[in-house]
Amino acid sequence: MQHSVSIKDLSLNFGHVKVLQHLDLDIGQGEFIVLLGPSGCGKSTLLNCIAGLLDVSEGQIFIGGKNVTWEQPKDRGIGMVFQSYALYPQMSVERNLSFGLRVSGMKKDEIEKRVSRAAEILQIGPLLQRKPANLSGGQRQRVAIGRALVRDVDVFLFDEPLSNLDAKLRSDLRVEIKRLHQRLKNTMIYVTHDQIEALTLADRIAVMKGGVIQQLDTPHVIYNRPVNLYVAGFIGSPSMNFFEGSLSGGTEPVFTADDGTKIPARNYKFDTVPDSKPMAAVLGVRPEHIVIGDHAKTMTFQAEAEIEIVEPMGSDTLAWTNICGKSVTFRCDSDVLLEAGQKLPVGFDVERGSLFSAETTNRL
Amino acid sequence: MLLFAALYYLFPLYVMITTSLKGMPEVRLGNIFAPPMEVTFAPWVKAWDSACTGLYCEGLKPGFWNSVKITVPSTIISVLIAAVNGYALVNWRFKGSEIFFTVLLFGSFIPYQVMLYPLVIITAQLKVFGTLQGVVLIHTIFGMPILTLLFRNYFASLPPELFKAARVDGAGFWRIFFEIMVPMSLPIFVVAVILQVTGIWNDFLFGVVFAGTTNYPMTVQAQ
Repeated sequence: MQHSVSIKDLSLNFGHVKVLQHLDLDIGQGEFIVLLGPSGCGKSTLLNCIAGLLDVSEGQIFIGGKNVTWEQPKDRGIGMVFQSYALYPQMSVERNLSFGLRVSGMKKDEIEKRVSRAAEILQIGPLLQRKPANLSGGQRQRVAIGRALVRDVDVFLFDEPLSNLDAKLRSDLRVEIKRLHQRLKNTMIYVTHDQIEALTLADRIAVMKGGVIQQLDTPHVIYNRPVNLYVAGFIGSPSMNFFEGSLSGGTEPVFTADDGTKIPARNYKFDTVPDSKPMAAVLGVRPEHIVIGDHAKTMTFQAEAEIEIVEPMGSDTLAWTNICGKSVTFRCDSDVLLEAGQKLPVGFDVERGSLFSAETTNRL
Repeated sequence: MLLFAALYYLFPLYVMITTSLKGMPEVRLGNIFAPPMEVTFAPWVKAWDSACTGLYCEGLKPGFWNSVKITVPSTIISVLIAAVNGYALVNWRFKGSEIFFTVLLFGSFIPYQVMLYPLVIITAQLKVFGTLQGVVLIHTIFGMPILTLLFRNYFASLPPELFKAARVDGAGFWRIFFEIMVPMSLPIFVVAVILQVTGIWNDFLFGVVFAGTTNYPMTVQAQ
């Protein structure tokens, strides 16, 4: 299969600082890839390399099967949308949209056709004669998307496009970007530090840290089967509960928490079956996988816990408690009325959780 | 309050103009604050056309036009070059661009007098010594450090994404400069022009050294 964008052994150094290290990434035709990570993880740098705005130190970049490692940005068949919108302030919306086309010397009627098509798709027709200063944040970002749209490119690059918008607009525009992708079926590479954007938009997410892709997979796998402790802790809000302890493998694997509690891990799907010798391990359980009340009785791990803090979120309720000597959060239905100090049975299934080696931090 | 201060500082100008409009006998009375009893423009005409400076009796006219011929091209050329320099230093970093900028910056600390003699030799070699072009060249060179600094810092304050977006849109060095950067930089152009016009118009040193006797600007001639 022909990859839309293909990155081979890419490295980038600023002096002695290694920003990207031997990075490989293959992106399929029409795929929506999200690069996710904290600031400074190299995700924006990688996007700039793909765009041709930064020269790479090593490696190659292919777009549409063509080696574009040393091509100018305009010759790569990409359009880019920036966090700060980057609209040309002295030009009207229409001239902002058509700037790239005018530069390439396109005929006037063709320019007009493309601008009006983009304006129709993004519903910015009435704004065409305005200056960027007279637009709201959401409108500006639409125009910025339009500027990539008119160029009729194969690959769209988004650099944290929604981070400057308020929460309501952000979720509106998020849906719109998803709709746009379904309509255009272009390859899209989207950089963000917001895991909700990543989980909702992506076909596949690349979780990055320190210039290295930690895990590249579908949102479902990333969320449910994180490959290491870093990915497990980074994805999910509130984050996963971790229990340190040891794991003894063999036919009846058992996880023993630091306070001595034994939790059978019989049904857990190991990636690599551990030997019977006990090893230091970490058990991770998502807040929503901890159940309370009667449901807890069917779980492989059960305990009696006292509620410490209750945080009603509206759609659901978060509660803080203590299990196996660790402070733990769990999520439950907002109809269940909880009170601080209340004691109730809690439980979870290890098979829905994740086990990691404490030594390598990798998934077991 | 501000008005009062302004009037106070305008007073010398008032004295200068009213005195210039008086006849000689009236000036000798010494009532410098009194308005002229009989307005006459004859001294103006004389100063412009036939007043003697040294051996020449052509008034200030040639000096004035020399000043204009020096100031206008020097200002335009130096501001344009400095704008391009500043833009290139911020957005098109090349190997050693930081060192280049540092060297340029040091240029603004060196007193002009130090470089006078070497510059006389250089302009003589270039056969522009004693011509208006020579003075324009000198003014352009000496305007460079401070103006480049000015433009570099202004361009550095513009969002870098604008430049990136224009690159993605396919615009080249000059296209980005003229269509994106220049229209956004009107304030800094005004500052640079004011700086250069006042500096060059009031200059005495370069005028007296490089212009040659027939090309003296007004500042030199009026001494």
